[in-house]
Amino acid sequence: MGFLDIQRATKSYGSVKVLHETDISIEEGEFLVLVGPSGCGKSTLLNMIAGLEEVTSGDIRIKGRSMNGVRPAERNIAMVFQSYALYPNMNVAQNISFGMEMHGVPRPERERKVAQVAELLQIGRLLDRKPGQLSGGQRQRVAMGRALVRDPDVFLFDEPLSNLDAKLRVDMRTEIKKLHQKLKTTIVYVTHDQIEALTLSTRIAVMFGGHVQQLGTPKEIYDTPANMFVAGFMGSPSMNLFAARVAAQDGRAIAVTRRADGSEVALPFPEGGALAAQVGREIVLGLRPEAITDRDGADRHSRAVHVVESPVDITEPAGSDTFVVTHLGGKEVTGRFRADVDVSPGQVFPFAINMEKAVAFDPKTEMRIA
Amino acid sequence: MATDFSAEVGPVAARPSGTPGSTQVIQTGGAARIGIYFVLVLFCLYYLLPLYVMAVNSLKPLSEIQAGGMMSLPKEWTAAPWASAWSTAQIGVAATGLRPFFLNSIMMVVPAVAISTVLGALNGYVLTKWRFRGDVWVFGLLLFACFIPFQIVLIPMARLLGLMGLAGTVPGLIFVHLVYGIGFSTLYFKNYYQQFPTELVRAAQIDGAGFFTIFRRIMLPSSGPIAVVCIIWQFTNIWNDFLFGASFSDFDSQPMTVALNNLVQSSTGVKEYNVHFAGAIMAALPTLLVYVVAGRYFVRGLMAGSVKG
Repeated sequence: MGFLDIQRATKSYGSVKVLHETDISIEEGEFLVLVGPSGCGKSTLLNMIAGLEEVTSGDIRIKGRSMNGVRPAERNIAMVFQSYALYPNMNVAQNISFGMEMHGVPRPERERKVAQVAELLQIGRLLDRKPGQLSGGQRQRVAMGRALVRDPDVFLFDEPLSNLDAKLRVDMRTEIKKLHQKLKTTIVYVTHDQIEALTLSTRIAVMFGGHVQQLGTPKEIYDTPANMFVAGFMGSPSMNLFAARVAAQDGRAIAVTRRADGSEVALPFPEGGALAAQVGREIVLGLRPEAITDRDGADRHSRAVHVVESPVDITEPAGSDTFVVTHLGGKEVTGRFRADVDVSPGQVFPFAINMEKAVAFDPKTEMRIA
Repeated sequence: MATDFSAEVGPVAARPSGTPGSTQVIQTGGAARIGIYFVLVLFCLYYLLPLYVMAVNSLKPLSEIQAGGMMSLPKEWTAAPWASAWSTAQIGVAATGLRPFFLNSIMMVVPAVAISTVLGALNGYVLTKWRFRGDVWVFGLLLFACFIPFQIVLIPMARLLGLMGLAGTVPGLIFVHLVYGIGFSTLYFKNYYQQFPTELVRAAQIDGAGFFTIFRRIMLPSSGPIAVVCIIWQFTNIWNDFLFGASFSDFDSQPMTVALNNLVQSSTGVKEYNVHFAGAIMAALPTLLVYVVAGRYFVRGLMAGSVKG
């Protein structure tokens, strides 16, 4: 049994089921990210952990204690809100110590802890200011300070970085990660940003339509997505998904797909793949952009790099990389090239495809089959 | 915070940058401007004239009024009509002046305004942040209370006050005004709290604050503008009310408005117009004072929420 256990929890509003049976279990000190597009139920699940929304059925347990019917204040949790939710009429110090005051912590103790947290987050000189006088990043720190000072079992973050500008968001992301490594606290973090999810988490739950689509480590989610939704949602640019058919060649499975002009392309899977016995099956082939690159940029450790010549549609230089778009299986397929590769639209270019990284999905169920 | 958006910030923030010289004010020619000022001054005079007549005539001896010339300044300035209206004029059967009734009004208006404002704030808080099944209906009924004509409730209310043992007393009047006031104060606070971020309430819940602590520590400190609106509105209405005062009070508990009427009606013999004018100004002064002191918050409070925050 884990530190935080979500056991068959559901949530309905009347007849509308916003969260279907959900099972998640994490250990103490883990960083769980709930990620998904808006309306997927991730914030609802967070509010259920916080006790701000009741569980319709099932159970949520923290440290083995059932949280059903336990008020938010008695769950020993702390929450950082998207809008920061700093009390506008109180200054920073009062904001941070309000929770302790409510829990009857004596004043000297409160002052000591406020000073300690202010030091940790470097907000010491802001303690007398009102939230209205702070910048977005400062408010963010104060909101985290308010959570930290409680010394809770579980931290809950509800899209805490989405109101910050791009640069500050990256800085704060790093800072949250540092804080987690330093304090080793258990965190549940909601975001719609898959980069945040991959960089921060030790465990990710990808959610869509009220279901957890996949629960796993960032590497599992990225390399072996459970279905086409997870494959398309996680990673930027997203995974290329295009139609192919399984065939056999020299005793091993290959994927056959078509170029834009209709000519066939054969992509051999690495030996011992699960698809060897399924010749003739229609599949959706999934390849990350970094598995499609120029010949010199290809992974030298891979045993299954295969070169395919295909005409280039568009190139998109992005500074560190150049994204090159071609057509395979009737879909646009993006490859990630080194920035200084000499490639231009219209040219027929050899694409080096790393089939070790390929995944295959069933076109009907959209589930991964290999 | 929505509350920080005062009326004067709006236009400045909305001004497009990079277009020097353009202002929000519509440019007009000289002739048009003179026309505008002329009309404005005309209307000012129109509105101030009654006050002028009252003030001037309350400061002159009766003989000057009887001689005609309501508009002229006093030849002989005197405060006697004011003194008489305040403490010696004949009200109904007793020559007490308006003083005891002024105190009655104060004793009625202060608790009625205070309690209806606090209850309205509580209602608004519950209706926006602690929603329950059927809350829309409760609010609908409260809203409906704002539109019930006064005359309809006179007889049932008289019966109710009798049953409660409050007939003809100041607490009885407070009760009546309270019942009528809660509809409006709830409406004000509900609309205001609707803009108030619910995440703040949730944060406070997680911090361990209970229902009333959140109300007192989080909601009320941010409710200044709407509280002022509510207080001005309630104060003006309750202070100026005549119908309930005339219907539900005894001679001892009459509010100022009823006493003023009695002053004007009951003067036997000569009508002391100067005393009447002084009494009328006295009756109007408290509401005037409230407007002068809190008026600038009034507009701001009414505007709150209309500017996106």
